[in-house]
Amino acid sequence: MKFAVLVFPGSNCDIDCYKAVENAIGQEVDYVWHTATDLSAYDAILVPGGFSYGDYLRCGAIAQFAPVMNEVVKAAEQGKFILGICNGFQILTEAGLLPGALLRNKDLKFRCHSTLLEVVNNNTAFTNQYRQGEIIDIPIAHGEGNYYCDDETLAKLQANNQIVFRYKAGANPNGSVDDIAGISNERGNVVGMMPHPERAIDQLLGSEDGLRMFTSILNAWREQHGAAVNG
Amino acid sequence: MAQQLTAKEPTAEQIADQKIYTQFGVTDHEYELICGFLGRLPNYTEIGVFSVMWSEHCSYKNSKPILKKFPITGPKVLMGPGEGAGIVDIGDNQAVVFKIESHNHPSAVEPYQGAATGVGGIIRDIFSMGARPVALLNSLRFGNLENARVKYLFENVVSGIAGYGNCIGIPTVAGEVMFDESYEGNPLVNAMCVGLIDHDKIQRGVAKGVGNPVFYVGPATGRDGIHGATFASVELSEESEEKRTAVQVGDPFMEKLVMESTLELINSGIVLGIQDMGAAGLTCSSAEMASKAGNGLELYLDEVPQREQGMTPYEMMLSESQERMLFVVAPENEAQAREIFERWGVICAKVGKVTDDGRLRLFHQGEEVANMPVTALVDECPVYNKPSAEPAYYAENGALDTTYEEVTDLTGTLKQILGSPTVASKEWVYNQYDYMVRTSTAVQPGSDAAVVTIPGTRKALAMTTDCNGRYVYLDPEVGGAIAVAEAARNIVCSGAEPLAITDNLNFGNPEKPEVFWQLEKAADGMSDACRALDTPVIGGNVSLYNENAKGAIYPTPVIGMVGLVHDVNHITTQRFKSEGDIIILLGETKHEFGGSEYQHVLHGKNEGRPPQLDLAVEKTLLSGVLGAIQQGLVASAHDLSEGGLAAALAESCIGGRLGADVNVVTNLRPDAALFSESQSRILLSAKPDQAEQLKTYLTEQGIANAQIGVVRGTDLTININGNPGIAAPVEQLEQVWKDAIPCLMK
Repeated sequence: MKFAVLVFPGSNCDIDCYKAVENAIGQEVDYVWHTATDLSAYDAILVPGGFSYGDYLRCGAIAQFAPVMNEVVKAAEQGKFILGICNGFQILTEAGLLPGALLRNKDLKFRCHSTLLEVVNNNTAFTNQYRQGEIIDIPIAHGEGNYYCDDETLAKLQANNQIVFRYKAGANPNGSVDDIAGISNERGNVVGMMPHPERAIDQLLGSEDGLRMFTSILNAWREQHGAAVNG
Repeated sequence: MAQQLTAKEPTAEQIADQKIYTQFGVTDHEYELICGFLGRLPNYTEIGVFSVMWSEHCSYKNSKPILKKFPITGPKVLMGPGEGAGIVDIGDNQAVVFKIESHNHPSAVEPYQGAATGVGGIIRDIFSMGARPVALLNSLRFGNLENARVKYLFENVVSGIAGYGNCIGIPTVAGEVMFDESYEGNPLVNAMCVGLIDHDKIQRGVAKGVGNPVFYVGPATGRDGIHGATFASVELSEESEEKRTAVQVGDPFMEKLVMESTLELINSGIVLGIQDMGAAGLTCSSAEMASKAGNGLELYLDEVPQREQGMTPYEMMLSESQERMLFVVAPENEAQAREIFERWGVICAKVGKVTDDGRLRLFHQGEEVANMPVTALVDECPVYNKPSAEPAYYAENGALDTTYEEVTDLTGTLKQILGSPTVASKEWVYNQYDYMVRTSTAVQPGSDAAVVTIPGTRKALAMTTDCNGRYVYLDPEVGGAIAVAEAARNIVCSGAEPLAITDNLNFGNPEKPEVFWQLEKAADGMSDACRALDTPVIGGNVSLYNENAKGAIYPTPVIGMVGLVHDVNHITTQRFKSEGDIIILLGETKHEFGGSEYQHVLHGKNEGRPPQLDLAVEKTLLSGVLGAIQQGLVASAHDLSEGGLAAALAESCIGGRLGADVNVVTNLRPDAALFSESQSRILLSAKPDQAEQLKTYLTEQGIANAQIGVVRGTDLTININGNPGIAAPVEQLEQVWKDAIPCLMK
């Protein structure tokens, strides 16, 4: 299986995502520049965190216009796995691949600490290695992670089982609607989340609860491609 | 020479007659020297260039005699003071690069940008050496947090540090914040950066090879930060507010691009010399690079990317616009260099040439506008041996009795101390910093020192900043030594071997003999400790003139120390680990309340003598504890500092979410046993089956040790000689400790 880690000017979790793929599941991974116009070689695309283009405008608002984003849209249509983390989540909402928007945290401060998440939907390509309802420890680091969508969209997300992660009840760090920490598109092949699973793959650094997101993706891909394919 | 370019610039004669140079901080004597070096009167551009190069900030003219005291060499030191940052060998062809720098004055008038650009500047110092920055730290001092202006400064300084570090993607992993009235109006903002480098990638700021082109990299030059270095070299006053224009504006996104492209350029192997444009911008970088190579340099100012129209040579040379670098490559490598910056979308312009005439020559609109000997700019600034005088307060304090009347409400006192902003949890601060990006942070903020792993190895780096300005004020020599010893204690408690230090000497106006005395004595104390603990000074920064209408700040020589964890298995934290673990106190407690948090909280004073320090005892303690940790005998380790034994026990309990049953056997008064800040003490815990072996080992090493209790339950109970002392649920202590700063900031 082959992963792409997108690199926009100002991405800064690109290295961490790259290391996570290498260390957690030992699969092939490339950095793919924001100017790239072909993603056909990749099975999964990671849109990393950071401050693309400085985030001086709305977060992710400029990145959505990078040439590579046309290819990301195509890949999404083809059913490839796309995971946007933090700034990557913001970019995916700006690009219209996921509904809603990320507003400033309710206390208006950047917040970095570990958070407890509930796995709301373990029936996705990104969460199949978790138990439904499992509480996992994944850190956050963001200033604009307050997920917002209108009531109609929220009802749809709930009805379609598109809410993948919620902050544990009573521990919502940013004021997001319905405690949402991560969502998927209707088809389930595109997920965006504010917490950083790539920062939680080594107990030495505090948690390895993020590891199974990566094994989930590999697992899903293997199932798609049949047991004959060696990942 | 060309005539003055614009009507508003005074002529060389006017500068002389009206003594305009004094506005730039140049004395009559210095002006005469400059005329002598030039063989004529300097024009406006030239006096501007000389004034920044001869400012304290760039020349260290007042502090050089002090800096000479420091031990700067050691078997592992690959580069000492003089370059952008010092470098220490950590084995396997790798080295650690680190430096601390102040941005006090800018932060006092424009806290967000002042702090942000402080972070940006220190990061450039690290990557201009060729190193990949891996961690940031900061050491902050503010006045009383009840004061509205102090809250504003604190809020925005923290925001500025977060804004820059988070965006560029370097984790801010450690630091310290202390609050004391003495810093009111003159906060301290010291930023430190740590980087990793391979030995063969180390760069120097030299303009090598006559005829080679000189390149400018980074955003265009604007009129911001003009005379920033001069501004940093005078006392703050009411007029300082008007000097807001001397504060630069940071762009961390641009710095990220400059950093990545510069590191790529360096890794390509074609760079002959590189330096960042920090204080005094283009002036300092060009003059220093030429000086270090023994060459001259020509700059073609029309080629300098400019953000504004009609900029004069004076403005371009003195601008401190941020995120800029200067480098030299051979002509045949020019295209390769340009390609790298083009790909990253970073401006790269050929602005000059290396010459052999030893002069810095500036050209603008077809004419030579300045021509100065490089050595005069860099090396010939007069060095002042300022008069030194022991301040009256020193002798007065020596005669004071600071044993104080005994306090009986020991639990209440502990809560007061835990709720004092200096001791209280700094979560409010560090949760605003991304301390995890780069996924290497093994020990997060809040323990004695942060620990950052070194990818691809079993090793890690421990890092800390420390200084208790109250101690240094009461006795600069002892306080200076304590700052180094405490830093080393924090490093050792994390499981690392102390390697070296970088220091930031934050003092008042050195022209006052009492301030100069503080500086001298503190440097003596620091030097002694550095020698005793084998931690040479590999670089640093001097920030003088930290004064306001109320007087000088407490002398605050901040120590940034880095240590090497030889194996990640040695990483140790301060929090208690398991129910049943045995608690052992190392070192000797005396009745020492001078400079303590107890004194501050209960008596609102800072008086007497600080705790005493025996460097031989400290050395024995540190090597013994490190040995015990490396043998796997230690479950937790915590240095005793502000708030003494009681605060340390509370912190270890809170961190571990565990209680402790403690009984201290002592001849001291209970409040002294609990809150004295005697030095060279460490709190350990050990697994029950290892406690005896640990105690035996420590005793063999000659370290005083006493088993004082057990990790147990959910309450912290401390008895003194079997009598009740402190008793409180840990949760309650945690609340006091964690809520203090958020409550004050609401």
